[in-house]
Amino acid sequence: MLIRRPQDLKTQDITDERLFLDRRGFLVGLLGAGLALSLGERRALTRALARQSAPARGSLDDKLTPYEVITTYNNFYEFGTSKDDPSENAKNFRTRPWKVKIDGEVGKPADYDFDDLVKPYQQEERVYRHRCVEAWSMVVPWLGFPLRDLVRRVEPTSRARYVEFTTLLDPAQMPGQRTDILPWPYVEGLRLDEAMHPLTLLVTGLYGKPLPNQDGAPLRLVVPWKYGFKGCKSIVRIRFTTDQPRNTWNIAAPDEYGFYANVNPAVDHPRWSQARERRIGEFFKRPTLPFNGYADQVASLYTGMDLRKNF
Amino acid sequence: MACLGPAAWLLWHGWLLSQGVEQALLDDPVKTIQVTTGLTTLILLFITLAVSPIRQTLHWSELGRLRRMLGLFAFFYATLHAITYFVFDQSLDLARIWADTVKHPRIGVGFVAFLILIPLALTSTDAMIRRLGRRWGRLHRLVYLATTLSVLHYLMVQKLDIREALVYAAIFAALMLFRLPRLLPRLWRAGPA
Repeated sequence: MLIRRPQDLKTQDITDERLFLDRRGFLVGLLGAGLALSLGERRALTRALARQSAPARGSLDDKLTPYEVITTYNNFYEFGTSKDDPSENAKNFRTRPWKVKIDGEVGKPADYDFDDLVKPYQQEERVYRHRCVEAWSMVVPWLGFPLRDLVRRVEPTSRARYVEFTTLLDPAQMPGQRTDILPWPYVEGLRLDEAMHPLTLLVTGLYGKPLPNQDGAPLRLVVPWKYGFKGCKSIVRIRFTTDQPRNTWNIAAPDEYGFYANVNPAVDHPRWSQARERRIGEFFKRPTLPFNGYADQVASLYTGMDLRKNF
Repeated sequence: MACLGPAAWLLWHGWLLSQGVEQALLDDPVKTIQVTTGLTTLILLFITLAVSPIRQTLHWSELGRLRRMLGLFAFFYATLHAITYFVFDQSLDLARIWADTVKHPRIGVGFVAFLILIPLALTSTDAMIRRLGRRWGRLHRLVYLATTLSVLHYLMVQKLDIREALVYAAIFAALMLFRLPRLLPRLWRAGPA
């Protein structure tokens, strides 16, 4: 599997090489964990998991969040509003067959089968900081491909200014959609230049394995300089539009969640501060970085924009 | 005693975490501590509020002694909850704590609830009960305000889904409804006097 290192990531953002080279060790550790679990040896399991999530030597501030945590601490209201609901309730979620509709202002609209959709693209590992609007964060080794590559392939017309993403609507499989906690289906959107940015990823995997259901399988969006709710999960439709699309959290609470949702310590949520965040697993909070630490790469997209008004 | 249960659980799992057992305090340890201490405070406050109606209906006089212990345990967990906030959320930065309390009602309401519990805890001794006489009863009626603010605090810290918090609010409302026949005449007398 060819893993490219995009030059636009800072060194500390990239998987520490020792950890990356140790991914086989990780897999072996996981196998060991699996065996230990089946043998009912809880202590061996926790030791095995601890080995995988151990920070690499000479470690960074941005230690990888353990797989166990990324897959049990989720905001995916389609499966329930508690953090452990998605991992509980998405166990039998069917991710094949999976259709993704590409339509709107494109030269090549089509209905794709998921595997056909992603086949042309090289999946690469990207380690990104993930910052939730609730003021917690993780460091996640995603596996995916730049959205830009897909956009180019489908040939947006000159009228395409935005890209809108839609999550599956299936209350039979998604118990949260039987309530009206949010207006379903979940929709999100990006400005076309944000969609074309090299950092924007369409994600199919996590820690080198296929995306678990609770993390948005089989296909999700990751935009690391924005709050996590911009990362539409379990995508079934990608539509190119002329007008700015609505996004679900903005529909639900327009004074609390905006369209741009750029991580910004200077612009508080109406009910809580965004100046600091809790890295999941840690005890003390840390300062939040403008654009989640990706300012060098993305700030230029917003020159001249009032980021308080366009929150 | 049962009241120490949640604290013991937290201590035990905190120790496990320090020994390298991952997720012993679940994924977000501080959140686990806050939810546990917060809900335990609320539940203990509810139980203390249930004592008088039960005592009246069932004529169980020993419950009175139990109520003081329950109240003090409620204060104990509220203190743990407040300390966790001061230390882990705000790193004991007084300026930030003040800003958060003043700017964000969900914190301010909780903070005031905690402040109210302090004099209640301090005046819980036999000596204080004797010294304050009738004023003790009036002072300790502040527990209604403290509990109301605590329930509000729990509602206000929810991001969007307030269903569980509403259940607590409903329980509190029911507890207060039980006391209404006794409470109204007392408040009425205390007022114009």
